[in-house]
Amino acid sequence: MRSPDFPANPLARRWFLQQCGVGLGAVALRDLMQASDPLAPKRPHHKPTAKNVIFLFMGGGPSHLELFDNKPELGKHEGTLPPEGLLDGYRAAFIDPNSTLLGPKFKFAKHGQSGAELSELIPHTASIADEIAIVKGLVTDAFNHAPAQVMMSTGTQQFGRPSMGAWTLYGLGSESRDLPGFVVFSSGQKGPSGGNSNWGSGFLPSMYQGVQFRTSGDPVLYLSNPAGVDSELQRDSLDSIRRLNRMRLEKVGDPEIETRINSFEMAYRMQSSTPELMDISREPQHVLDMYGAEPGKPSFANNCVLARRLVERGVRFVELFHESWDQHGDLISGLTKNCKDTDQASAALVKDLKQRGLLDDTLVLWGGEFGRTPMVQGGTDDGRDHHPNAFTMWMAGGGIKPGITIGKSDDLGFNVIEDRVHVHDLHATILHTLGFDHTKLTYRFQGRDFRLTDVAGEVATKILA
Amino acid sequence: MLFRFVVAIALVPALALGAAEVDFATDIEPIFRANCYSCHGDQQQLGQLRLDSRSVVMSSGPSGSRVVPSDPGASSLYQRVAGLGEGVRMPMGGQLAEAEIEAIRTWIEQGAAWPEGSGSGKSLDQHWAFVPPTRPAQPKTDGDWARNPIDSFVLAKLNAEGVPPSPRAAKETLLRRLSLDLTGLPPTPDETEAFLRDTSTKAYERQVQRLLASPHYGERWGRIWLDAARYADSDGFEKDKPRQVWFYRDWVVNALNADMPYDRFVIEQVAGDLLPGAAQDDRVATGFLRNSMINAEGGANPEQFRMEAMFDRMDAIGKSVLGLTVQCAQCHDHKYDPFTQRDYYRMFAFINNSHESTQAVFTAEEEQLRAEIIAGIDEIEAGLRERAPDWRARMATWEAEEATSQPSWAVIDANIKLGSGEKYEVQPDKSILAQGYAPTRSVVSPEGKLEPGTVNAFRLELFNDPRLPLSGPGRSFLGTAALTEFEVEVAPASDPDKWKKLALSKATADVNPPITWLDPFLFPDKDSKRRVLGDVGFAIDGFEMSAWNIDAGPGRRNVPRKAVFQLSVPLEVSEPTLVKFNLSMKHGGWNSDDNQSLNLGRFRLSATAAKDATADPMPASVRKILSSVPGPERAPEQNAAVFSYWRTTVPEWAEANKRIDELMDKYPAGSTQLVMNERDSARMTHMLQRGDFLRPTDQVQAGVPSFLHRMDADRDVPSRAAFAEWLVDRDSPTTARSIVNRIWQGHFGIGIVETSEDLGRQSADPSHPELLDWLAVELMDSGWRLKHIHKLIVSSETYRQASGVTAELLERDPRNRLLARGSRFRVDGELVRDIALATSGLMTSQIGGPPVYPPAPEFLFLPPISYGPKRWYVDDGDQRYRRSLYAFRYRSVPYPVLTTFDTPTGNFACVKRDRSNTPLQALVTLNETVFLEAARELGRRAWQDGGADDSQRMDYAFRRVLARTPESAERDELMALLADQRERLASADLDAYELAFGKPAVDEGTEDAPVELAAWTAVSRVLLNLDETITRE
Repeated sequence: MRSPDFPANPLARRWFLQQCGVGLGAVALRDLMQASDPLAPKRPHHKPTAKNVIFLFMGGGPSHLELFDNKPELGKHEGTLPPEGLLDGYRAAFIDPNSTLLGPKFKFAKHGQSGAELSELIPHTASIADEIAIVKGLVTDAFNHAPAQVMMSTGTQQFGRPSMGAWTLYGLGSESRDLPGFVVFSSGQKGPSGGNSNWGSGFLPSMYQGVQFRTSGDPVLYLSNPAGVDSELQRDSLDSIRRLNRMRLEKVGDPEIETRINSFEMAYRMQSSTPELMDISREPQHVLDMYGAEPGKPSFANNCVLARRLVERGVRFVELFHESWDQHGDLISGLTKNCKDTDQASAALVKDLKQRGLLDDTLVLWGGEFGRTPMVQGGTDDGRDHHPNAFTMWMAGGGIKPGITIGKSDDLGFNVIEDRVHVHDLHATILHTLGFDHTKLTYRFQGRDFRLTDVAGEVATKILA
Repeated sequence: MLFRFVVAIALVPALALGAAEVDFATDIEPIFRANCYSCHGDQQQLGQLRLDSRSVVMSSGPSGSRVVPSDPGASSLYQRVAGLGEGVRMPMGGQLAEAEIEAIRTWIEQGAAWPEGSGSGKSLDQHWAFVPPTRPAQPKTDGDWARNPIDSFVLAKLNAEGVPPSPRAAKETLLRRLSLDLTGLPPTPDETEAFLRDTSTKAYERQVQRLLASPHYGERWGRIWLDAARYADSDGFEKDKPRQVWFYRDWVVNALNADMPYDRFVIEQVAGDLLPGAAQDDRVATGFLRNSMINAEGGANPEQFRMEAMFDRMDAIGKSVLGLTVQCAQCHDHKYDPFTQRDYYRMFAFINNSHESTQAVFTAEEEQLRAEIIAGIDEIEAGLRERAPDWRARMATWEAEEATSQPSWAVIDANIKLGSGEKYEVQPDKSILAQGYAPTRSVVSPEGKLEPGTVNAFRLELFNDPRLPLSGPGRSFLGTAALTEFEVEVAPASDPDKWKKLALSKATADVNPPITWLDPFLFPDKDSKRRVLGDVGFAIDGFEMSAWNIDAGPGRRNVPRKAVFQLSVPLEVSEPTLVKFNLSMKHGGWNSDDNQSLNLGRFRLSATAAKDATADPMPASVRKILSSVPGPERAPEQNAAVFSYWRTTVPEWAEANKRIDELMDKYPAGSTQLVMNERDSARMTHMLQRGDFLRPTDQVQAGVPSFLHRMDADRDVPSRAAFAEWLVDRDSPTTARSIVNRIWQGHFGIGIVETSEDLGRQSADPSHPELLDWLAVELMDSGWRLKHIHKLIVSSETYRQASGVTAELLERDPRNRLLARGSRFRVDGELVRDIALATSGLMTSQIGGPPVYPPAPEFLFLPPISYGPKRWYVDDGDQRYRRSLYAFRYRSVPYPVLTTFDTPTGNFACVKRDRSNTPLQALVTLNETVFLEAARELGRRAWQDGGADDSQRMDYAFRRVLARTPESAERDELMALLADQRERLASADLDAYELAFGKPAVDEGTEDAPVELAAWTAVSRVLLNLDETITRE
């Protein structure tokens, strides 16, 4: 042990004391502090109903018609052309919009006390029918994957805007000292089409961007000590780095050095806390069974377990991408596989959060970037094209009214006819649960105050408890 | 006067209708005063409008022309008060009386006479940045601190604030600062030593000159420009395919190293292709506009995403050149600046007339080789002519025979139904152009009608097109294609579902390459079978593994091609008959990886009644000369082209032809570059409602916004070239200010105007407005020499101040806006890594060339992290230690070392980077592979070259990294660390081999001094992780 390091420079000393929670500083210094720790927890505009968000992002565009939005009429009209006028101004990604209608491929039944109508593909989701709000009136502006995912994540189709998670961190700060405040996982056949723009910080400071975790190898890039560096050497090195940095701080007085010292210490804490966090083998077997998780085998189910563990540790925003729900063909087999991979774990997550009392302040969302056409794609009656005019998501916890179905599409599942929720409205609602007036959570960039909801968005109050 | 007269005539019809003459002072001004002045008068000028000002009322505003004399319909003033058009009716929340509205209408109709002296005579407050800069007088300051004019401006402000400047930084600090700022690299110990020893008054100036002359200057400042140019090595969006654009990157580096005048630098990037005698470099420069992302998703409409790219180009020009947020006016009039949506689309029209082309580009060595090959061919051909003096007559005979050698073909007017996501556009010559998503495995089925008569054969022609890669004719990244199968079906028009497949007996083509296998990375089979390419017979062999290849190799591949398919049995067409061609293209990459296709790009189908028709071996270009240019009228190059083909048909010249073929086999493949390529016919530009390409409104002509400088009358041909010149016109109020502000930002961490992306009305106030203008004018007066501005800045006393800060000064001026001290900030991401490479001695200093692949975790480039698998072959040897500028940049999965330190991804233009300080950064410098390799190399050097004892070695390592000698407390700390680790290593508590060499001690004793090397590695690792190491102090 060498001498303890305590700054002699008066400014740095005040700094140090403040960092240790015994602050005494002037207003200017507190402002500086804020600037130096933009992740410090902050209070929102009003009393929030959710502290954390878990977004299960089903990339590719899950078919609302096979999962949530039962359309017997569509079945009756299978093989006929859509009614005249329905397609006016409609653009499709691949198909000639004037293709014949394709009936739903799976059976629906009513579930729970709420009587929510859900497909046979998602029996586990059916078991939480009374916990979730099924929102059938979603509408988006884009019908290609990357722009629509970026729209869902950032409120615009154009790349370069902050994501929901980044806005949330910007607004609320982080409550975890050992982990990033916004964590992203990816599972399934491919990466999300919108790529890292789905969790980018846009023009917000880059510390608000999502950090990708993965479930095999190093969970975070460069988390492990390199070969040859054991934990003692790492600790010794960090101690030397800290002491040398502090000497420099004494000399030059730049508070940024104190931030650097803290960054290195948090990195070190992450090195020990993250492997512990990621080790789901510590979970009781019955919990793993509930999710269908298997330690050591990367899966959406494992990611769901991890999402809960992250939220328990104060991580603000967790986003799980699962691709791909893009059933242009193989509608039946593709959906069956995707549901097998996600249904049980998604439902288990809600149950588990509830058991632990975490659901009350954790908002869970399940959904993709758009829905799918009532019209068929391909010659085998086993595919649907992208469809932005109507799709379904479900939400749970965090101030969402449980056991309700809100919104309605027409008999073909083509247009929303009741309780339309545009992506902007969804964003406004999410921000509302987090305690924000979405019109006031702004960031000035290029002379303009930007918001997640651009110039639109209305809170969908019917969804709220 | 003339104008008045004309107006008076125009008035006649109105007067004839009997309207009484309206007087401004008595009839109109009172209306304005009573209803409008509160928002549009002396106190406020909402919407850039003051109705007490003749000059303002008679000019254009955000909603277009306010008053057009004699034309109330075109006058927004009348529209708004009458509640016509789209704008909100004025006055806000109410309306004028009918009589008042009518008076305004009549006043305008009668010519909108506004007598001199009426109104206030004032005009709008001009925003400072919209007035061209003039050179302000240098403030007079006492004392001898001020070294150059920059210092006078800074000191004057410091004096006014009563804050003294800081003392000069230590020489070591100064040289490290200067080296990092100008070249992005720290000084070597020798350079530091030389500077410390140089006690002359010119010592610092010499360093400035040395560093500005270094080729690393272009790398450093080129990287900054590349942020603004949103440079990346991939397309972006979902597929994010790799693209070759590094010639543009090198062009930027070279241009800055050559100190190309900034006006020229901009002109070449916006319109280099339109310069007289444009050379390869000038075209490469236009890659600036082409750095936009490309969406190759299946459902993407090519025109929609061309528009997205256009918006991106406007944004890039706005941010990088003008320093204005022009993209705000894409959907609506700018909220704050007097920039209308119409202005936006008028500017847009200047750059809206190009093909999205790629062209082949060659390095100097490749260019040399090309010249040698062409000279070699010329020489052989000249020899042939010399040895056969009668060649002209023989060629004429041949030509006469050729004139009738080809049967006549009837072109089939074919269309393709949607299916795979690829989009097809029928061209005027009835050929079909494929655009958008290129499915990797598909069958394309053009359908058409057959004319009555006999059909014995069908022909498939493949054409070039500027919209295809390297002009095509295929859609692979080389412009090549492969046809797996060619099938024909016919059906009676009366019974269109009754398709009948026709048997084909023979296929011929003008290119039949030998058998080759597909590149297994680009075109993976994903099973044990391997697909093959070869002659045209493969297109009718009924076998999906084989395909006709049109690729004749470098220098010969991007030309039109044709194949002819003979029917086994002649087809007699008597009733109306449909024909369908199934063009099977199953030789692309793996379906879901979506990376590479070998699809046809532009093709046309024809039928002939002739028997035994075969593919014309003569190149289409030569055939065209023969058929359309009579011999005597041919240009020399046309004659040469005809000769070059003819000689291949002369049997006794086989040996010479073979030699020429052998020369062509050496033809360099070169690289490719995205460029601007002006279209022959102009595209119409429309305003787009809310920026939606499906909602065009008014057509607009190219033009410049009225609040900026005018376009010279003698240059106002509305071309992209004129626009480029306008951007860098001396009268531009923002161009010079914008670039000098960003140079300042690079040297001080924050611009004189902090919002360097926006100098408009919403910008932050300049900290030193006069200094900004002085620098802007100085730049222009120097002939737009950027190095001159760098030199002025780094030579100033302001720049040379120490960056240490007292608590008092920190409280007073936390962000150093007064410049009472030097700036201290963490270097950019590239430099963080480059510092480790350079100070350890690992760095490979090669300038330019294709991007490299430093070590990065493989999983990043594979699903489910990446959308599809991406190429990332980690370089071994010295290429892994190239500067970070050269690391391959995927937009969707960027090289993580850099993005962790806020390097932008290139998705959009960035002129100001964020500078975060996060734990993830600590993990990079502590644990990443190259950083550890740097620690090992630095440790090895310290141990081997550092001196006779530990203390000397310690100082040596310390100086390499920080360019200064450690203070004793620092040395003590490091020596203690060394001692502790040495002890652990010696006792085998810590594995020395693994730390020093990254491998276990399998060959014990074969490596030198593992304990020492490991101990010094540990010390070096600490040095490379210090805050000061990655900070420019």
